[in-house]
Amino acid sequence: MAQDGLTTTAESPNAAGWETIVTDWSADKQTFRVPWGKAMMWIFLLSDTFIFSCFLTSYMNVRLSTPVPWPDASTVFSLTIFGIDMPLILIAIMTFVLITSSGTMAMAVNYGYRGDRGRAAALMLMTGGFGAIFVGMQAFEWTKLILEEGIRPWGNPMGAEQFGATFFMITGFHGLHVSAGVIYLTIVALKVLRGDYERGGGNYEIVEIVGLYWHFVDLVWVFIFAFFYLW
Amino acid sequence: MAQGTGQQHPLSIYFWIWGLLFVFSAGSYATDFLGDGYFRWALILLFMFLKAGFIVAIFMHMKWERLALIYAILGPPVVLLVLVGLMAIEGDYTELTRLDFFSEPIAPVGHEAEAAH
Repeated sequence: MAQDGLTTTAESPNAAGWETIVTDWSADKQTFRVPWGKAMMWIFLLSDTFIFSCFLTSYMNVRLSTPVPWPDASTVFSLTIFGIDMPLILIAIMTFVLITSSGTMAMAVNYGYRGDRGRAAALMLMTGGFGAIFVGMQAFEWTKLILEEGIRPWGNPMGAEQFGATFFMITGFHGLHVSAGVIYLTIVALKVLRGDYERGGGNYEIVEIVGLYWHFVDLVWVFIFAFFYLW
Repeated sequence: MAQGTGQQHPLSIYFWIWGLLFVFSAGSYATDFLGDGYFRWALILLFMFLKAGFIVAIFMHMKWERLALIYAILGPPVVLLVLVGLMAIEGDYTELTRLDFFSEPIAPVGHEAEAAH
């Protein structure tokens, strides 16, 4: 069965571009030549893309439809550090932390495929650590907004009421994804460290699958950062 | 199992992309110090798409996948542009109707003004 999936390359070895799509989709065989776990993760991420897109689109819609001025994110999210007022500084640090975690994750995938499970697990735990730092900073940000700035899902002192609703919904759902990712990463890292995947002949595809999820979380943040914080 | 299909690339490419993502993030953060306007929005979108593109292409290895998978994953989100377009039109319309019906009249007009006396 699985072997059938690999015969088409022999049938049309010079296929390129659209031809490969036709041969992959039309033959009576497996379409995606990747392990099923990876294909399923991609499809899950596609569905997640739609969820986050719906959130960001509804945010655009309520922001366009309110005649009340939208609060200026640059000043709402500013922090005073050593007496200097820094606009968006916490968000910038959070962005850099998440990018750094993506870098360590990419390296973990690499070491996983090399069979260096000690390094792979260590890098994954590091990635999870950065994720936890990110969620911690988000908790700090939320606390400040709720207690000091008085922002609520139904209103705030700075302007349009919809600001709080969209902010808590979008960043909350993203934070939930990061938290879930930290748990997922930790579980898989411990299994890698314990040598669970050696039994299957040392197949570390799972590290790449976790990595896909983690990079997606970083990807969503890129869009939230651009549209919610900078726009 | 599908041994040998794993994504194996030199580490240097990840370091390069890592560095680029830092530069792009710094760039997009720097746009906050520009005044609002089309130039700033264009820069925000540019940095956003560059970052998203490099994450998907290199970190998520999409660049090295077969086209059947690439199009199956990257194709469907394109239809979201229709949703974005429709909601932008709808949002503008809602704002106009709100301004029409829910904003305070500047001064009483017509017979309302007479009734107030």
